[in-house]
Amino acid sequence: MKTLTQEFTKGLWEQIPPFRLVLGLCPTLAVTKSLEGGWGMGLATTFVLVCSNIFISALRNVIPPKVRIATFIVIIATFVVITELVMKAYTPMLSETLGVFIPLIVVNCIILGRAEAFASKNGVGRSLLDGLGIGLGFTLALAVLGALRELLGTGKLTMFAQANLDLTIIPLGEGREFLFKFMVDPPGAFVCLGAMLLLMNLISERSARSKAA
Amino acid sequence: MTEYLLLVVYAVLVNNILLAQFLGNCPFLGTSQKMSTATGMAMAVIFVLTFAGVITWAVQWYVLVPLELEYLQTIAFILVIAALVQLVEIVLQKTAPALYSALGIFLPLITTNCAVLGVAIINIKEDYDFANTVVFSFASAVGFGLALVLFAGLRERFALSRMPKALQGTVSGLITAGLMALAFQGFMKLGG
Repeated sequence: MKTLTQEFTKGLWEQIPPFRLVLGLCPTLAVTKSLEGGWGMGLATTFVLVCSNIFISALRNVIPPKVRIATFIVIIATFVVITELVMKAYTPMLSETLGVFIPLIVVNCIILGRAEAFASKNGVGRSLLDGLGIGLGFTLALAVLGALRELLGTGKLTMFAQANLDLTIIPLGEGREFLFKFMVDPPGAFVCLGAMLLLMNLISERSARSKAA
Repeated sequence: MTEYLLLVVYAVLVNNILLAQFLGNCPFLGTSQKMSTATGMAMAVIFVLTFAGVITWAVQWYVLVPLELEYLQTIAFILVIAALVQLVEIVLQKTAPALYSALGIFLPLITTNCAVLGVAIINIKEDYDFANTVVFSFASAVGFGLALVLFAGLRERFALSRMPKALQGTVSGLITAGLMALAFQGFMKLGG
């Protein structure tokens, strides 16, 4: 049995999505054109994940096993609609950036995966920590990926467009294009995620080897 | 007619659902290890996505809009898709057992394929009429199938080559997908 702290921290490295659990790739690739898209999507997903984990774990003895997947989807969809409406009202620019991918949180396999693998078998407190850990791990991964792509592709970092919190890290002359401009295009998303995954594989390979030696 | 033809080219090549819009990437990486699974998945998606596009379009304009329940779109669509997948499974099992045994294991996976829900939502967002919805849903699914089958062909070759351990599996898959996306991006010039 894991301690409560372990339940939380496993999402941040050991099982960090989308690297260790290769799930939820569509939002990972699509919204990480900018740092803002990355953390925005990550936090929206975290909110839905934590709420649905709490609810599903609280109802785990009431939900009939045969229709559990359908029940999970309805619970998740409810929280997605709440997120969708709140974001449209309070952060319209972010909601515009994420577009169709906010309703698509419903079919993010990370959430359904946690519901099935964890929340339906564990208590409310543990499920909350699990959701929070995995969600924040996902946010971290998306923010790093978004920052990397935006920095390499445009030389800027968009923190929060609505509040005008943009940083120009590498200034460019008028009318010049950035060398790695393809990073913000679709191919850059695949290549950048692939490179990050490769780096993580190399790190764990090395640490495994030093442990064995 | 030209309008529909352009829409097909746009959905299949220029704005490919997998490589430009990033919808349905989990099955793209998950079911592309073998050619036979990839073709099965592609057929199942073409079948279900076209149906789902049409039915969710009808649900939106004949149920949700008259009742002023547009904010329930996400919940309604995912339930319609889940029910549709179940229905297709039952009907196929009874009427076309050969097709069912070919597509069977892929059908349940499609409920959580974001390409299906994504295209359904795009149809509504872009204000497509009925004919456009049919054409766009079908063409998007064909684009999905095309990219998936091409990708599976590449990955089958990978299985035969020697590769450093850290590069195997998902990593090489992602980088290949990036190169494919680069090739598909060339079609953007078609749109002018």
